[in-house]
Amino acid sequence: MLDKSHIGRTWPSHSVLVEAGRLRFFAKAIGETSPVYIDEAAAKLAGYRSLPVPPTFLFSLELERPAPFEWLAFLGVDLARILHGEQRFVYHRPACAGDLLTFESRITDISDKKQGALEFITRETRVSNQAGEHVADLTSVIIQRNA
Amino acid sequence: MMTFDEMAVGQLLPPLQLPPIRRSTLALFAGASGDHNPIHIDLDFARSAGMPDVFAHGMLSMAWLGRLLTNWVPQQRLRSFEARFVSITHLQNAVTCTGLVVEKLEVDGERRIRVSIQSANQYGESKVLGEAVIAL
Repeated sequence: MLDKSHIGRTWPSHSVLVEAGRLRFFAKAIGETSPVYIDEAAAKLAGYRSLPVPPTFLFSLELERPAPFEWLAFLGVDLARILHGEQRFVYHRPACAGDLLTFESRITDISDKKQGALEFITRETRVSNQAGEHVADLTSVIIQRNA
Repeated sequence: MMTFDEMAVGQLLPPLQLPPIRRSTLALFAGASGDHNPIHIDLDFARSAGMPDVFAHGMLSMAWLGRLLTNWVPQQRLRSFEARFVSITHLQNAVTCTGLVVEKLEVDGERRIRVSIQSANQYGESKVLGEAVIAL
């Protein structure tokens, strides 16, 4: 069983520069063809400073650290037995190519169901930009299958 | 785009139909999304973990649901977006994303709608259930 004393644990923040090339690659991978997500001029016409970070890409930027799954290993989670249970985004302002985003994460819950056959880890992440403005909040629920 | 007054509970979003998921779809998404968990791209690893084959990233389905939303309204109007991954999306699944307006509300003086969204495969099996709140 995972140690519930990790609830409340935080990790050192990390900052990521949003690169236009990464956004275009992501657009390609998800079949996005709207010029707003690919063409800088179209993005500006739509009211953005540059190519916008699409709704779920903050999750990818959160993974942009040297060892993105290290926090799970630290908790004793086995990568081969995990599933992504839930994901939530709350948006406060747009993020665009050229922004430097900072991610601060905290474990907010560890629980289990079915006599420990399933364990749930909830992590919340606050995202802010180079001006210190609050961009978004992410919540991830990871499930470990023990049976 | 419709105004708040024109919007009715029960209104359907234009659906988004995706092509069947191939191994290359997952390889491309692994690279582009930064999620390199081998369970999605390495058959040997997936088998050693007791899975019959690799399977799709939950966040690929959520990204498609994001396209469903931003095809319908500009992204600046999206206030929140959440998903529950209720069953595994497999190779060769052809996913359709659909959505439905379920509530009109006012929060902090802003008129918003709540939209129920889901992805399902060609057999009608729900894969991802979610919700989004949009300002109009």
